[in-house]
Amino acid sequence: MAKTLIEFTVNGEEQSVAVEDRQLLIHTLREDLKLTGAHIGCETTHCGACTVDVDGRSVKSCTFLTVQAAGAAITTVEGLAEPDGTLHALQEGFRQEHGLQCGFCTPGMLMRSYRLLKENPNPTEEEIRWGISGNLCRCTGYQNIVKSIQHAVNKLQSEEV
Amino acid sequence: MIPGEFTYKRPNSKSEALSMLSGGSQEARAIAGGHSILPMMKLRMATPEVLVDISALSELKGISIGKNIEIGASVTQHEMLSSQELLKACPIISETAKLIADPQIRYCGTIGGNVGNGDPGNDMPALMQCLDATFILENVSGSREVAARDYYQGAYFTSAKAGEIVTKVQFKTPDPAHGYAYQKLKRKVGDYATAAAAVVLEVSKGKVKHASIALTNLADTPLYARAASEMLIGTELNETDIRAAVTAAQAVTAPVEDQRGSIDYKVAMAGVMVSRALQLAKSRAGEAKKGGPLGWLKR
Repeated sequence: MAKTLIEFTVNGEEQSVAVEDRQLLIHTLREDLKLTGAHIGCETTHCGACTVDVDGRSVKSCTFLTVQAAGAAITTVEGLAEPDGTLHALQEGFRQEHGLQCGFCTPGMLMRSYRLLKENPNPTEEEIRWGISGNLCRCTGYQNIVKSIQHAVNKLQSEEV
Repeated sequence: MIPGEFTYKRPNSKSEALSMLSGGSQEARAIAGGHSILPMMKLRMATPEVLVDISALSELKGISIGKNIEIGASVTQHEMLSSQELLKACPIISETAKLIADPQIRYCGTIGGNVGNGDPGNDMPALMQCLDATFILENVSGSREVAARDYYQGAYFTSAKAGEIVTKVQFKTPDPAHGYAYQKLKRKVGDYATAAAAVVLEVSKGKVKHASIALTNLADTPLYARAASEMLIGTELNETDIRAAVTAAQAVTAPVEDQRGSIDYKVAMAGVMVSRALQLAKSRAGEAKKGGPLGWLKR
């Protein structure tokens, strides 16, 4: 099958990859670009472990063709921390509040809550729970994930003042 | 799971898209958000040879609100949820969109995809029947209008002809004082409805002036409950009236048994959803004008 050259930016870096039209974005990220932060959980749009940010939208990259992302600005969990390694407030929150156990869902949780807080910087607990309702965690019972996001909210809000 | 082979095309205009979709010997399907077609392609339940990406076409975008509300086919659920004007003019759209799938899917999934493909689990088709919407269907040789109440023929079987896609939905802007409710029973976030009901009401001097009830996932098509809707006109929508409408609405359902429950259970839940939706719609009728009851949506 013929391949198409697709260009986009990932975590601020321009990338061009040759992909089959049927290749899913998650495979391009993990196998071509070696960005293995986004995980393949269910492959059926349910679990959210493959969530990345595409042009300001949280997208399940297992149900998104790479060719659909041509020209897009993509952010993956690898792009969340500062280049010097300083953690994003959300990453810090997940560490402080024990927001993960096995860690498999964490990249998706982080990327989804990243976009949630961009759209709604001061969400209620219910808004957080609705906001991450497309991401499954089988360890934590979500309690500490919600606390982790609240930690980030508080940090980001206090930085703004 | 990776879809089978196909050729992806990105047209620059609606007319180019329609000519690509006319396909000739190849089976061509439209893709916008892709959250209906890609899962089906992964499962080999759909095997198009050509995918035509209509998501970026400006002619299929936009929400316009006047005497009628018009929504372009590639407007996403997220875009509808983000529109304050739409929330004000027709809040049942937001109430329904919020219950579709999950946030990630709502960033991608479009109104055109939700209403167009004839999946009986989708929520917008029943809502469109409730609002008596019209779908604009276009193919390379022209456009025509089909009422939402006439569009659905069976599961994944619609009035759309080969090469035709829904390019727009439109309906009369509801009276500012209308009451509304979309009530959906589902097992978890992201699930299709076990049973769901859409209700729009207008009440004048304590009597129902207009009523419309439609049902999701209770047959192989969405259902407009005509008899149940019409029998409410002129009533005060008291308990007896609601019970009668529930029975009439249940009579048009034809669910199948599946992992969501038995036929009896689904029919019973259809009744509960209709009853709750009627009561909630009644409590909201008249209030929308005063800007009152929308607070719950902003929580």
